[in-house]
Order: sequence, then structure tokens, then C-alpha cells
Amino acid sequence: MSRINSPAELEAFRKSILSERDPNKTCITLCSGSACHASGSREVAASIQEEIEKQGLNGEVEFRRTGCHGFCERGPIIVIRPEEICYFQIKPEDVPEIISETIKDKKIVERLLYTDPVTKEKIIHESEIPFYKNQGRLVFGSNVRIDPKSINDYLALGGYSALAKALSQMTPEQVLEEVKKSNLRGRGGGGFPAGIKWEGSRNAPGDIKYVIVNADEGDPGAYMDRSLLEGNPHSVLEGLTIGAFAVGSHEGYIYVRQEYPLAVENVNIAIKQAEEHGFLGENILGSGFDFIVKVHRGAGAFVCGESTALMTALEGRAGEPRPKYIRSNVVGLWGRPSVLNNVETWANVPLIINKGADWFTQYGTEKSKGTKIFSLVGKIVNTGLVEVPMGTPLRDIIYNIGGGIPGGKKFKAVQTGGPSGGCLPEELLDLAVGFDELTKAGSMMGSGGMIVLDEDTCMVDVARYFLEFLTDESCGKCVPCREGMRQMLKILTNITKGKGKEGDIELLQELSETAIEAALCALGKSSPNPFLSTLKYFRDEYEAHIKEKRCPALSCKELISYYIDPKKCQACGTCRKKCPAEAIDGGKNLIHIIDQEKCTKCGTCFEVCPSRFAAAGKVSGEPVPPPIPEESRTIVRKRKEK
Amino acid sequence: MSEILLKIDEKEVKAKKGMTLLEAARGAGISIPTLCHHEKLEPYGACRLCIVEVESRGWTRIVVSCVYPVEKNIIVRTRSEKVDRIRKMILELQMAHAPDSFILQDLAKEYGADKNRFEKEPSFCIHCGLCVRYCAEVKKKNAVGFVDRGIRKEISFIPEIASKECWNCKECFQLCPTEALQAAYVLVEALAFPSASTESVSEG
Repeated sequence: MSRINSPAELEAFRKSILSERDPNKTCITLCSGSACHASGSREVAASIQEEIEKQGLNGEVEFRRTGCHGFCERGPIIVIRPEEICYFQIKPEDVPEIISETIKDKKIVERLLYTDPVTKEKIIHESEIPFYKNQGRLVFGSNVRIDPKSINDYLALGGYSALAKALSQMTPEQVLEEVKKSNLRGRGGGGFPAGIKWEGSRNAPGDIKYVIVNADEGDPGAYMDRSLLEGNPHSVLEGLTIGAFAVGSHEGYIYVRQEYPLAVENVNIAIKQAEEHGFLGENILGSGFDFIVKVHRGAGAFVCGESTALMTALEGRAGEPRPKYIRSNVVGLWGRPSVLNNVETWANVPLIINKGADWFTQYGTEKSKGTKIFSLVGKIVNTGLVEVPMGTPLRDIIYNIGGGIPGGKKFKAVQTGGPSGGCLPEELLDLAVGFDELTKAGSMMGSGGMIVLDEDTCMVDVARYFLEFLTDESCGKCVPCREGMRQMLKILTNITKGKGKEGDIELLQELSETAIEAALCALGKSSPNPFLSTLKYFRDEYEAHIKEKRCPALSCKELISYYIDPKKCQACGTCRKKCPAEAIDGGKNLIHIIDQEKCTKCGTCFEVCPSRFAAAGKVSGEPVPPPIPEESRTIVRKRKEK
Repeated sequence: MSEILLKIDEKEVKAKKGMTLLEAARGAGISIPTLCHHEKLEPYGACRLCIVEVESRGWTRIVVSCVYPVEKNIIVRTRSEKVDRIRKMILELQMAHAPDSFILQDLAKEYGADKNRFEKEPSFCIHCGLCVRYCAEVKKKNAVGFVDRGIRKEISFIPEIASKECWNCKECFQLCPTEALQAAYVLVEALAFPSASTESVSEG
């Protein structure tokens, strides 16, 4: 590949790629993101290649392994274009039929289609499936069309045209103005306006400046940055290069988690391709602008997602945050002005340059523009990645896209913003998602984690869980975070074990104030959020645990007891056979009784009791009803009369 | 160097650009308590005991004086109800680890901190990092460092370096606000080079 030396050469090259591609040629795309990889997409890919050959379709059908499609609940996913036929949960053994039926005979394989859970209707096309239909995929949409290892796929969709435009038709100041006008706010958590951050660096003294991609996504259950970097690495590189041009930087870093091997692999391939094509390196597209990018693999510390800790780690030291009284866009990496933005923020930049700030700002709310990718997980029917315009109500995300709560359970709360975010209750389901809206409600946008919790979830235990995570991930430098959380975790753990005391809530509040006011970095300052937001909306649960030693969600093991309702037990014996502690007494036609002394509260009896009986239950805050007297234990069954 | 005028506890204070609030205050004879600060070392900002209230353009916030650079026309309050309340909590948290430290006991008296508020975990070390930073910044030996993170973080001597450097230095001992270092050092010495410790006993 020879270097592309001008925007005109780029357009000529793009034309030559497109001329070799027939938009009407059948193309099988298979999701090969990390989630689908885990559910066997590699085996499916091998099977597709084999079948294409076997059935003599070599050359007639294209096969493309793409990045994440987002509907991870139903992976691996196949989309057959140009018809956009969508098949879900594909196994290698389904492939011969797909090739012979759909590819050869243009017939639909009904059983692999999406079935609408409400109408029971089978849906053929991707764009008609509610999960996709109700989204607005500006940033994530290209993932389904691109093989992340192929720069030509990216170029075929108009890739690097924004870079060409910025370098040939705009001055750095104009790029900066456009990004400022778009009011693009940081997608990594803080929501700081990217344009203002860039301007600060541009105006800061010094010749050497850095631009950095924060791909150290560490929130439990969040994987939007991972999927974007894995699935469309060139969009991030293009955004970063445009940013570097605006700021006046010639060196960029991608700080990516070592735990994301596919992202590391794909971004390294992308950098090499971009260098070969002349989108990185010296004199990019003949503009005289030089820019190189290096990949730095993180060593698995959540705190390194914090900007100053990330920079300290990039410098080769232990990832500890440093005081931010002088912003890192002025004094950052190696003391130089450094712009750090999240993966998703950078991926938005080419869109803004190509289509303009006015186009971008038509999406979103007054103060939060564009779209946001959320990682929708937890007690939700359609687990996956969803991208919606800012301002979309939580209810739409959870019910229209997410398909609601599985198992007929009731919604209880949605936890947004990662470990230092907060839990929002049912009353706030109509809240429009946006940076300020979520913060005002006591949670935050964070990087876009969204964990749905159902009625079986104990909110005190949720707070305890996130505190435990943060305690583990704190760098341990400052006292309010390290010591404050140590004590908060102890108190919360005691409450969930029924050892809560009068005054615990007040002490937790006092520790929270110390962390908010005096902790060093954002991790520490926001560490009380899991507690504060659950206290705000679910104070009754805290009080029930402390005062009545009762867990209203029947979840905290030390506060519940299992028992078998004598009126419902049909002596089927299932629970008795499955009980690992041999704590259940019973026999044929004999109502079963749990020996509370032996019971380990593992919950097996509750899970295995047939739902038509539903005899095994839980109680909390009250004693288990006394066992039924021996003489009434025998079930007298009416004989069927012949 | 340009001079910056600011007000600390009702006193007009002149400071040089680039100074921290703590330096400016101490220069003017105003004391602010610290645990992790040392004039020979780079500001660290870990113990957070030196927090003060800063009022600027009509709004007040808590900042950490050992790392906050002086700004003109700000009003600094080194004591307030809130500052004292947070300092008290910080001391109580630290005293769970080092209840017998004289420095902490004196400060506890000043701020009314209860050393028994939290369950004791006598690790002695309060992670001020004075030993670690002194060894790195002043002695340039890195014989002692932090290991692990979060609530598992602790100081540890690196036996390979410590066995060569520490015996004739021990300058970090007197820096330790809880005398924890000595304990840690002796422990490592005993584990890493037992022959040295027996010699010292026989010599003594």
C-alpha cells in the first residue's frame, strides 16, 4: 500500500474500493465482538467459511466478521445483507441450513428469527426489531458493517473524510470552534465540554502537547468503550488525530486495559494500517501536519480511569491520582498540556466535523447534546449495548429497548454511572438521561453503565457491593477514601448481617461528607454515592435492616429464614433430595419441614420447589412459623374413583 | 517573582507565585496541622489534615493547603466548623491504626477526636509516605516503597536494596509519625538479613 498524499488521492482511493464492491452482492456479517466470541462466534465463523466452500458459493457471497452489534443477549448474531435478514443465537450446526435455504434459495429460516415476546410475531429485518428500532445509533451504528481489521471497510463508509476535511479545509481554530459549538461533553463520566478542554490545551504554553484516549473502562458490567474500540478502532483514531490537529499536538496515547485483548489487537492493527495509508505519521494527507499514536496497556487498576492517575501510570509510575488544582490540559502528562478524552468522545469527533455542529446539536437536550451509548445489564430482558439520543427517558431505554424485567418481576431501581454512580427508583423512570439530569437526581452519567435491579435486590446490599468494589480499587493514597471507605464498608456489611446499630446511618453520612469534601480524586469524592443515593430513595430498607433486623427484599442471607408452607407442600420430595445440608425432614405423603438449625440458607429448596406448589418461601424480621404438629403432617389424598 | 496578596485568617499575607497556601500561611506564622508534609519533599496531599476553606469570587470550598497554589485576593480560613469537623474525622480514622502516636494524640486533643470511635486495627502505619518519599526524593535509594493498593496498601522495605543501604542510614526513622517504620524495618531486617541483626546485638 502506498501512502495517500492528499484529500483528492483519498477520494480516488475510496472510489476504487467502492467500485470493487457490489452493494447488491449477498454479504453475511457475523458479530465477533467479545460477548459473541464468548458465546461461540468463532466456531460459527469457521462453519460459515466451510459451508460457503462446500456449497460452491466461493466468490458469490461475501463474509465479514464485524465488531459488536450490541444485542448481546441474543448472540452470536448473523445479518444477511442487502436484505438485512437477522438471525440470532446461531450455532455452528445452524449454518448449513442458513447457507442452503437463505443464501441459495432466498428462503427464511423461521426458527432463527427474533420473536417479539409480546405479539409472538417473527421479525425478519434488523431495523424492525424493537431493540434496534428504538435506538439512535450515530456512533455505534457502523460497527455492524465493518470488519475492524479492514481499513477498506472503514474507508468504504466514508472513513477519514472528516480528517481530510479538517486538514485541508479548516484551520485548527475552526475545528476547535466547531467542537465547542457542538457542545460535545466528555463521555467518560465528568461531562466536561471537550472543546473547552481542547482550547485550554491549545492556549497553554509549550511546544509539546499530548492527546490521550482513555480506554480504561473498568465499571462492572460496562463494555461500550471496549466494543467501540474493538469494533471500529479507526473512528477513534480519526477523532484523536483531528483533536491533535486542533490542539497542536503531535503525539497521542491510547491507554487501554490489558484485559481487553481484542481491543488491543484491533487498535494496533488499525494504527499500522493508518500509518501505511498516511493517516498517521509525517505530513498527513499532504497537509504538513505530523502525528503519531502509541498504545499503552493498563495493568488492571480501576482508578487509572481517573485522568491524573492514568497520566501518572502512562509516565511509568504507580497509578495514583494527583491534585488537580492546575488542570491536566495545562499541566498533564510529563508536565505538558494534555487532552484526555474517553473512547466514545473521540469517536464522536469525525461525525461533528463531517456533518457540522448544527447537525449534532439537533440530538439531545439543551445541555447534553448528541447520543450516549449505555451498557444495559442486570435484571433486564435484552442485555446489550444501546445508543440513544440524550434526553431519552429511562423508561424507554429499560422497557422499549431493554424489553423490561424478566421473570414477571417488578422493577426496583436502575443503577447508573458505574460504582460511584447511584440508584434511581421507579418514580424517576421518566427522567430524561443527560449529564445534569442524572447528577441532580443523585446519580451520574459516568461512562454509561446501566444496571437494572428488580424487587429481589436489597438496596443496602447493592450499596455494600459497590463500596466493596471501590475499597478494592482505591489507590489507597488519601485518608478520606482509604480509611473512610474501610469504615463505611464495615458498617454496611454489619447492617446487612443484622448487626446494624442506631446511629449507623448518621455515621455513614458523616464519613460521606469527609470523602466528598476532602478526598483527593473523583473516585474518592464520589465513593459515598452508592450509599447516599440508596439512602435517599430507599431509607426504609436501611431502617428495616437496622431496627427490625429485616431485609425487605428477602435477600440478605443472615436476615432471612427459609420455611415450607404446610398448606402448600405436596410432599413431592424434590427439596429434600436436593438440600445439600440434609436439613429437610419429610417422606411420602408427609409435609416437609426445614430444620432451621441445619439450614445453611443456600436457597436450593426455594429454587427447586415446583412453581405449581410454590411451598418453599422466605421470611425476614419475624420468626419462622412453628412446625406443624406430627399428627397433622400426613397428606390425605383423595383416591381417584374408578 | 511577582507578589501575590491574599488573606489568611483575617491577616494580609504576601506570597510568591507558585507557593502553596501552606507555605504562605506558615511564612506568616499561621499554623496548619499536617501529617504527610515535609519541607524537603514534594507536596503529597495524602493525609488531607491541612484542609482549609478558600473563598473566591463569592463561593467557598474546601481545598488542601499543602498542594493548593496561592491566588491573589482569595480569603483563606484555616479553622471553621466544617474544617474542624473533617479534621476530627480524619484523626479518628487514623487513630484506629495508631492510637498511641504522640502526634495524633496531641492533635486529637486539639480537635476533640475520640481515638476509640472506630474499631482498632493496629497496623501502626498511617500511610503518610514520609519514609517512602524521603528515601526516593532525598536519598534517591528507593529502599522502602508502598505495596498493593486500597485498604491493603502497606509500606515495605525492598530487601535487596535495604540490605545494602539502610544499615548506615536510618534517616527515615525519625520522620515516622507513629514509629511504625522502625517496627517494619526491624521486622524486615530480621527476615532478610538475620546475621546482621545478631551482630548488632552482640556489638551492643
